Amino acid sequence: MASPQPRVGVVTYPGSQDDRDALWALAAVDAEAVPVWHEETELPDLDAVVLPGGFSYGDYLRCGAIARFSPATTAVCEFAASGGLVLGICNGFQVLCEAGLLPGVLLRNASLRFVCRDVPLVVERDDLPFTSRCTTGQTLVIPVKHGDGRWFAPPELVRELETNRQIVLRYGEPCNGSVGDVAGVCNLDGNVMGLMPHPEHAVDPLLGSADGALLLASLVEAARTRALSVV
Amino acid sequence: MRATVVVRPKQGILDPQGQAVESALEHLGFSVSDARVGKVVDLTIDGVDADEARVQVERMCEQLLANPLMESYEVEVHG
Repeated sequence: MASPQPRVGVVTYPGSQDDRDALWALAAVDAEAVPVWHEETELPDLDAVVLPGGFSYGDYLRCGAIARFSPATTAVCEFAASGGLVLGICNGFQVLCEAGLLPGVLLRNASLRFVCRDVPLVVERDDLPFTSRCTTGQTLVIPVKHGDGRWFAPPELVRELETNRQIVLRYGEPCNGSVGDVAGVCNLDGNVMGLMPHPEHAVDPLLGSADGALLLASLVEAARTRALSVV
Repeated sequence: MRATVVVRPKQGILDPQGQAVESALEHLGFSVSDARVGKVVDLTIDGVDADEARVQVERMCEQLLANPLMESYEVEVHG
């Protein structure tokens, strides 16, 4: 018997760009990908949620600052608070930081240049719902494309995150000036993660790399386990 | 009631925009240092006195206009 497909939502804000790619990539790793409109005050029945890349609400004021107040984001915060799996990619990462679900903030790249290229990423931990198909120390190659991806947190917060093992991915080479070369972090409970690179753009060798599929397939597998445990 | 909010990158935070502006000013022949780039938000609040306006603008700063991790702010209320 085929195992049931977990339902993974992808929120579309005005200005989201990678929502369709995220839907496609999730389907490619055997999820039922469910579009969620930003005006929805309640999420449909979902096993995980992805906040995609783009420029939500024009990214006015600060990246993700306005999207934080959208009805769908409020619903996603409630979903996360009840233990739901939430992955923020690029702009989605910025939204989760602004919403206080993830630590730190994303600032303008130190170079002031938009970076758009494949980057090596070192996996810091493989015991999360987002990294179970990876191995700690493994290098993934996944593209970045952002102008505001310089993750920052004050030194005392960075120390706390290191102690709590909340840094999940680091750039294997200088990318945007992030503190500690941080590319992705998770919350204390490990059910919310954000990263600047785009796993949904790296799910097939034809795209240059299939390493992003490891992260997305980890998420889908964890979502499937949760879906089964609820039934 | 008119109010002005000035939002600045906190001391010690790398501000590449400020560095770029400083570099451009130096190209123009000005001798400058420590250029920092922030934001100004002007707004009008109806039906409140100056004290209440200040309270409300402070709340706006905490909730939206500034991110305390990286920015500081100053509020000025004009009569």
